[in-house]
Amino acid sequence: MMISLEARSEPSRLMAWASPLLAAVATLVAGFVLFSLLGKNPVDAFFVFFIEPVATRYGIGELLLKSSPLMLCALGLAIGYRANVWNIGAEGQLTIGAICGGGLALWLPQLNGALLLPLMIAAGAAGGIAWAAIPAWLRTRFNANEILTSLMLVYIAVLALSYLVQEPWRDPEGFNFPQSSLFGDNAMLPLLLPGTRLNVGFLLAVAVIAAGWLFTARTLAGFRMRVAGLAPRAASYAGISTGRTVWIGMLVGGATAGIAGVGEVAGPIGQLLPSISPGYGFAAIIVAFVGRLHPLGIALASLLMSLLYLGGEAAQIGLELPSAVTRLFQGMLLFFLLATDVFIGYRLRFRRNPGPAAAAAESLAR
Amino acid sequence: MDAAPVPRLQLSGITKRFPAVVANDGIDLTVMPGEIHAVLGENGAGKSTLVKIVYGVVRPDAGTIRWNGEVLVVDSPAKARALGIGMVFQQFSLFETLTVAENIALALDKSRVGRELDTRIRETSTRYGLALDPRRHIHTLSVGERQRVEIVRCLLQTPELLIMDEPTSVLTPAAIGTLFGTLRRLADEGCSILYISHKLDEIRTLCDRATVLRAGRVTGNCDPRRQSSADLARMMIGHDLPHPQHRAAAARGDGLLEVRNLSLAAEDPFGTDLRGIDLRVGGGEIVGIAGISGNGQKELIAALAGERLIDAADAIVVNGIPAGQLDAAARRALGLCYVPEERDGHGAVPEMSLEENALLTAYGQQLVTRWGLIRQRAVGAFAQATIARFDVRTAGPGAAARSLSGGNLQKFIVGREVLQGPRVMIAAQPTWGVDIGASAEIRQALIDLRDAGVAVLLVSEELEELFEVCDKVAVMTQGRLSPVRAIRETDAEELGLLMGGSFVTSGQPPSFATRDPP
Amino acid sequence: MIDHAITLFALTLAAGTVLVFAALGELVTEKAGVLNLGVEGMMLVGAVGAFIVADDTGHNWLGVLAGTLAGGAVSLIFAVLTLSLMANQVAAGLALSLFGIGLSAFVGLTHVGHVVDPIAPLAVPVLSGLPVVGRLLFGHSPFVYLSLVLFALVQWFLFGTRAGLILRAIGESPQSAHAIGHKVIAVRYAAVAFGGACAGLSGAYMALAYAPMWTEGMTAGRGWIALALVVFANWKPSRVLAGAYLFGAVTLVQFQAQAMGVAVPSQFLAMLPYVATIVVLALISRDATAIRLNAPASLGRPFHADT
Repeated sequence: MMISLEARSEPSRLMAWASPLLAAVATLVAGFVLFSLLGKNPVDAFFVFFIEPVATRYGIGELLLKSSPLMLCALGLAIGYRANVWNIGAEGQLTIGAICGGGLALWLPQLNGALLLPLMIAAGAAGGIAWAAIPAWLRTRFNANEILTSLMLVYIAVLALSYLVQEPWRDPEGFNFPQSSLFGDNAMLPLLLPGTRLNVGFLLAVAVIAAGWLFTARTLAGFRMRVAGLAPRAASYAGISTGRTVWIGMLVGGATAGIAGVGEVAGPIGQLLPSISPGYGFAAIIVAFVGRLHPLGIALASLLMSLLYLGGEAAQIGLELPSAVTRLFQGMLLFFLLATDVFIGYRLRFRRNPGPAAAAAESLAR
Repeated sequence: MDAAPVPRLQLSGITKRFPAVVANDGIDLTVMPGEIHAVLGENGAGKSTLVKIVYGVVRPDAGTIRWNGEVLVVDSPAKARALGIGMVFQQFSLFETLTVAENIALALDKSRVGRELDTRIRETSTRYGLALDPRRHIHTLSVGERQRVEIVRCLLQTPELLIMDEPTSVLTPAAIGTLFGTLRRLADEGCSILYISHKLDEIRTLCDRATVLRAGRVTGNCDPRRQSSADLARMMIGHDLPHPQHRAAAARGDGLLEVRNLSLAAEDPFGTDLRGIDLRVGGGEIVGIAGISGNGQKELIAALAGERLIDAADAIVVNGIPAGQLDAAARRALGLCYVPEERDGHGAVPEMSLEENALLTAYGQQLVTRWGLIRQRAVGAFAQATIARFDVRTAGPGAAARSLSGGNLQKFIVGREVLQGPRVMIAAQPTWGVDIGASAEIRQALIDLRDAGVAVLLVSEELEELFEVCDKVAVMTQGRLSPVRAIRETDAEELGLLMGGSFVTSGQPPSFATRDPP
Repeated sequence: MIDHAITLFALTLAAGTVLVFAALGELVTEKAGVLNLGVEGMMLVGAVGAFIVADDTGHNWLGVLAGTLAGGAVSLIFAVLTLSLMANQVAAGLALSLFGIGLSAFVGLTHVGHVVDPIAPLAVPVLSGLPVVGRLLFGHSPFVYLSLVLFALVQWFLFGTRAGLILRAIGESPQSAHAIGHKVIAVRYAAVAFGGACAGLSGAYMALAYAPMWTEGMTAGRGWIALALVVFANWKPSRVLAGAYLFGAVTLVQFQAQAMGVAVPSQFLAMLPYVATIVVLALISRDATAIRLNAPASLGRPFHADT
């Protein structure tokens, strides 16, 4: 019996929609298996991980809260990925955005919140844009691969943050811990849902998603980015400059990541710490893929990824599983997605493999 | 007792289906030892698939292969080579950064690069008139020389059957003569030759027998020397060759494309530099550029279309405006439209719909609002208009570009450019890989443009096409352009000589170190 | 003075060796036309595998074997996805890195803080005792010598054997290689597995000799630097060696500066390798022609036999 992959004459639209769902299901099943292997009751573990975290009002708030930075980053990344601009440094751009926005909060502690918050968000976006401009410039000027350069900048950004909260920006009343002073109320995003930590950053994320959809689907500029990703030579034919595509792709990603960074430090965290993100910038890459690079898909995938984060935290307490289990699930989700995506372009073919005698008989019969 | 001679190769009932098409449908073919047998058909008739089956690259769904009388299964190229079948592909399977010897060693089973192989290469290549230096890297060779590597690669295995897939599209007329001499010598030595082509004149000169394919079936089997080109064409396409309609003297339009002393270094290290190109295409005329591809046409077109910018802004002038520094979009705004050589991924985005592909270059046709929003309905209407005017067979404007056949997609692309009302039109190999019916329609579209006063530049490898369509013609060779002459004042032989570079009389003679001698 | 120089030399070699293993492995993978961005993940999987086995069994070299095999095994996930299932190589490589980082953190939790008796530098009976030459030539970690042997092997394989020629041809044009009849997918599987094994070996070296310990994320981006190194080396093994030691030297600046009491915050010194990588990438990528002539032409593009 021979199994082979046969190219479809046209990509399957059904599979394009079904693939992320299948991948999600496969991840859940794998989770089930994993829990059993770890000696936990799989059904209980499943509940603790996937159901309980969102069973309360507070839980729903957390789900939406965590999905905001994921949505923001993933949308910006997706616009770049569609154009074959591979920004992998969202984590770094997020960090720099937090530094800029947080820095402003520390610098202007007396400024009215109605003025301060928009400035912080703008500063965060600007920081992210600036940090993303470096790989963009290196790519357009030196043809340097943006995957590696944007990634190196992540390490540099995290080190920069670590330095800032350890030395110049360290809270003088913080018992020598590496952290900045707490931000005043004027520098914190207003809450959205009482009884939860959900803040207006979520609305901002949703607005960005809508703007992203409009850009990609309805504007000529968005169309051109898509062309650049699908067929670079056709893009050149149509007068779409590669340079512009790279700049737009990188800077949009940097801007949204920067805003996400501000959202974190002006939201649930409330200050600058050596670590302000449990890998949102990297998780956003997965969210972008699972969401099919489509704003609606990204919104849904953000919720899924957010659930994985919450589940990991809950599992730490309820199941005594290490927090690294979240990253394990994230990696598995992307692997499963890549596997199920195959069936968009190809189908399985089962062929009976005849023995040599049968084949000879077949041909003699002609 | 006189035994009937055993055929070298006999195919019976060969059938092969692909997801979208039946490439071969019950094909019978017989080749005798020492026979030069043509497989004739237009693009898409199934010739390439058939020979890939013979060479073991593709497995047939049904049918038998008899080799020297014995039924066999050829399940891999290695098996085919072991049997004594050699194949020279249309798209060379060569490795650019490796040497001639390394390339040949890769195709010979169990062969090591070294002095012994070098000697064998030198001996065999010289013996058949295809001299090669084993130490040269492929990327330094001309296209004609690369084909020699492919052929010598086969010859080193003393084949009993040599398959040649469209070998002459990359050769100058002189080199074609050399090739035919080589093939005749091989045939005299007993080697059979399976010669795939759609060039009727060549087949009538070279081949002993011909099998004609159309849409995957055999439609004729004959001795091509006893048939006229018209007869063969009729077997190939099922009806008479259409001839383009030239109307009376064209209106003089205001489109003007001028190239003044254009020199440009190639970006690709394997490309051709342009040297001092001068050209003038006025409104109401079709100027053709002949020449084998690889002589700088790609670089010239890229420069003219704006895909590559030039330092000297006035080396290229479109409608009186220096355009060297303008990108493709800006030149389009000046009224210059362009049909690129490659459909897939260049002229059209295969994954996108015809509507989106219309938007690709026709955005200036009121398809976008001032704020950059796409006018969906206008785009749909434009695409629909293109489909209707140019007889594009497709499910609709929402169909993906890759679902169209080559000919229909090309008609769409040409139509899209024509409907933008250009003043200057550039067309690069517009009928390459397109069936005869669509080719005729495309050529007619270019002529209609000319009649409407547009300045048309046609770059084509097919001399036949140039003679059918153009008013004037020049030849491109080694990055230089010959002086333009009226089409009526020249013929294929003269153009062939020009393709070999013999017009370069003054100044530095072109270096022949890396090129085919004329 | 000379003593100090020799110490620096030895430290440079030791630091560079981490990159030599990983970069040589990735070089072979890329020469076959496959871009595997999962090096960071594979290194960590190798490190944690090596550490756990060495810790639990008490046999260090068994740990090294385990780490090498672990790296190779996890690379096969990538291979199946990209070679048989035609997935996008960039996405699959990123997935492998993320997965490897997560998996190693998860699996290694129980062993954090454990101490393993590291694999000591060589002590050859008479030769290591020689005054200057002893330490210069004979006093390095066995892994340093192993990496040099690996370099020689890779160089010979790629440029002196028929198999290596076939691999290079496949990287240049898999369609042509397939048309001639070579087994493109099989060779690429082997190349990916080799790259994975080398990355695993690199991780094992870090965990059992260089660091030696296990912490999550301990490679700190060296896998990505190894990728940059392959580009920097223009896909030539000898240049990989040179580049690896250069980076080894850069990482040393950090410790040297601290030892010399230079008044630069440690974080900025720690940034040096990453900044250096960026600078090097920019400089080397500028020459598009050189890249075209040396980079395997099919790098990163999927290959399906029926096309």
